[in-house]
Amino acid sequence: MSLSTTKTAAPPKSAPHEHDSSKAARSNLGLVRPDHTTGWKDWLTTVDHKKIGAMYAIFSLAFLIVGGVEALAIRAQLAFAENNLVSAETYNQLFTMHGTTMVFLAVMPLSSAFFNFLVPLQIGARDVAFPRLNAFSLWTFVAGAIVINLSWIFQAANAFGWFTPIDGRTDIVPSAGWFGYAPLTGDQYSGIGTDFWIFGLQVLGIASVAASLNFIVTIINFRAPGLKMMRLPVFIWMTLITSFLIIFAFPPITVALGELMFDRVFGANFFRVDQGGQPILWQHLFWVFGHPEVYILILPAMGIVSEILPVFSRKPLFGYSLIVFSGAVIGFLGFAVWSHHMFTTGLGKVATAAFSLLTMAIAVPTGVKIFNWIGTLWGGRIKFSVPMVFSLGFIWMFMMGGFSGIMHSAAPADAQQQDSYFVVAHFHYVLIGGSILSLLAGIYFWLPKMVGKMWYGKLGYWVSATVVVGLNVTFFPMHFLGMIGMPRRTHTYLEGTGWQPMNLVCTVGAFILAVGIFLFLWDLIRTIRKGPPAGDDPWDGRTLEWTIPSPPPSYNFARTPIVHSRDPLWAHKHGKASLRIGSVEPDPHGIHMPSQSWFPLLASAGFFVLGLSMALKQAGVPFCGYIAIAGLGITVLGIYLWALEGPGGFHVHPEETNS
Amino acid sequence: MSHAHDTTAPLEHVPTGLDNKKLMMWLFLASDCMFFGTLITTHLVYRKIYENVGVDPIHIFDIELTTASSFILLMSSLFMALAVSAIHKGSIKSFRWNLVGVIIFGSLFLAGQVYEFNHFVTHAGLTISSGTFGSTFYVMTGTHGVHVALGLLWLVSWLCYSFSPRFNAHQHAIDIETAGLYWHFVDIVWIVIFTAVYLIEYV
Repeated sequence: MSLSTTKTAAPPKSAPHEHDSSKAARSNLGLVRPDHTTGWKDWLTTVDHKKIGAMYAIFSLAFLIVGGVEALAIRAQLAFAENNLVSAETYNQLFTMHGTTMVFLAVMPLSSAFFNFLVPLQIGARDVAFPRLNAFSLWTFVAGAIVINLSWIFQAANAFGWFTPIDGRTDIVPSAGWFGYAPLTGDQYSGIGTDFWIFGLQVLGIASVAASLNFIVTIINFRAPGLKMMRLPVFIWMTLITSFLIIFAFPPITVALGELMFDRVFGANFFRVDQGGQPILWQHLFWVFGHPEVYILILPAMGIVSEILPVFSRKPLFGYSLIVFSGAVIGFLGFAVWSHHMFTTGLGKVATAAFSLLTMAIAVPTGVKIFNWIGTLWGGRIKFSVPMVFSLGFIWMFMMGGFSGIMHSAAPADAQQQDSYFVVAHFHYVLIGGSILSLLAGIYFWLPKMVGKMWYGKLGYWVSATVVVGLNVTFFPMHFLGMIGMPRRTHTYLEGTGWQPMNLVCTVGAFILAVGIFLFLWDLIRTIRKGPPAGDDPWDGRTLEWTIPSPPPSYNFARTPIVHSRDPLWAHKHGKASLRIGSVEPDPHGIHMPSQSWFPLLASAGFFVLGLSMALKQAGVPFCGYIAIAGLGITVLGIYLWALEGPGGFHVHPEETNS
Repeated sequence: MSHAHDTTAPLEHVPTGLDNKKLMMWLFLASDCMFFGTLITTHLVYRKIYENVGVDPIHIFDIELTTASSFILLMSSLFMALAVSAIHKGSIKSFRWNLVGVIIFGSLFLAGQVYEFNHFVTHAGLTISSGTFGSTFYVMTGTHGVHVALGLLWLVSWLCYSFSPRFNAHQHAIDIETAGLYWHFVDIVWIVIFTAVYLIEYV
């Protein structure tokens, strides 16, 4: 396949000079590649990991708002005893969609935004290993997210009387919880909401696995010369471990969802109790996925914090190899503790004791990391920048979630806490106090690199204070609510239970948290619009991404760096001459850039058609079975055209423009 | 970077040397191990239940037929190995004939599975709704059949592409090897399924 096809249009003045600009950029299919387009066409066809990362961030922040609004509706309903703001059915839909949205559509893709943007920059690579596959992962994620959330539109249509499923059920939005326990999700007990949930999650799973395969290959094979595994930034290590967790954890949920789909669509008996099916099987398969998923959500956050703390402590990361190793141990043990979600199902003494001990064991590597972070801070010249404040908040808040987590590892104690608000308090401390605080820290740290604008003013500190206060006011009382017996997932509660005052406090806290997120979005938008120029290295950083301009040029590194130490930029600025970053002589042909393509988008669009029409087929909409097959056909067509067009590509010569 | 070129330091070559596509296929197969592992586990967990509800697999299975089709699938792997060897040697003609062998033997296996499913439904009365045995049996072996069918589609595509002027034995050998990895993996999974679903009933 020819690698030197180039563009036709004359390059804009600031763009790098294009090699051999006389020939049209045609693929092996004879079609013109959508290179050098601008506007929406460029965003739809891009294969640039930085633009894909930016789109992941935009979509995930949008879904963070959707999930947040659902949370506020839940809290508004629970603010007063015997409240009737939303119906019980709507309440079920709200907590189901809140959990599903926050886990799969907000935190995971926001982590993925960081993977996309940072992995090639921190390892000194031009892009990920498979740029078009990366675009496919993004658009497939968007397809799955839209399939799940379209259920709200159909629910609204149902309310107006325009759309009625064939079974007459009105639960069109998923309502069986984010864990979808069978047989509650079987066709006897739930309507097409569960089908939206099944097909949406299957499509999201394809996106996650494809992205993870891409990142593992990139991290293993695309490191700059000298960047040995034990010199990788900790964030890259955590990306690698998270990606391995995803490729091993998603197959069990894919099979579980597939079995549930066969039960619902084709009359199989996997979870039909009267035919010998076992509901406990669903719990096992779900949590074999679900527990590693917890670490999929938190390990990237740990990686981000491990990057930020050394920069603002003016010290190297304390115990680098221990942090890396404990991350790997967490990933490994994460597959061995799933049954602690099932202590009250009657596993038997041996299994319960084993999972109890393993759950206690997983606290050890987590504690090791926390001590290493404290060791990094110890004796450092600490600068309280906004990313640093968020990171310190992460350590504290995540530790609080960790403490209540260890309490759950004792099976007898867990039996008391199971399905109470104590558990809700625990995992929101870990997910908001852990993942979200760290992801916000990451946005404050890397946005200047991403858009080339610097934050200004003190609003960032107000954001961190509001979010941390809101988090604690909302979720700290839930520990007590759980202890005095308030169960999870209940639509309302009676007067005289004594739960009313604390519930009101929680609701007030949730709105404080919402104000914090709103302030954050305001700060984000005003910085992108009119922040001062950031410069290459605004924080006095340690890693390779700070050696290149902000925002990074499309080719990332004009010359591939040669790395001689961990924290290469730090050593370059402050260390011995022998540790300075070197550079590889540029190829006389220039830097090879991959061509853009429509076909990843086409293949993803097929999955969207497939997912949506399978859900609507269950509602009895005519011809949807055929449309689903057509959707599969679109995906196959997209993949064939993608394979046949070839990688294409053109060359850029950054240094000629500079001179 | 504005500093001096530091090309005197020895380059430390870090990447594995493993081709990107091949590494990706190994990782995908690792993921697929969990996929089939979950399906096979479901079947084995439910064995104890269907033993008690009257479905008797020995009276349904035709073990001679399945043994023969398993042998055919294993022999397709031999052709696949020969096809990969041929493309590495640059012999496109030998590559094509061996690939045709894989495709014929793979199709025979798939035909055997279609016959078996049809026979089970019409004669033995075993459907996907026949207790948990029917569900686990059809979903697991069917998933394997889909893997075989996708592999065949992939190999037929390569057979057609090998007549294109763009096909280049040297350049595409790694792609054929990657497809071969997938094909061998699907065969190995069948050995496990054949043991855990069919042979175990005769123990």
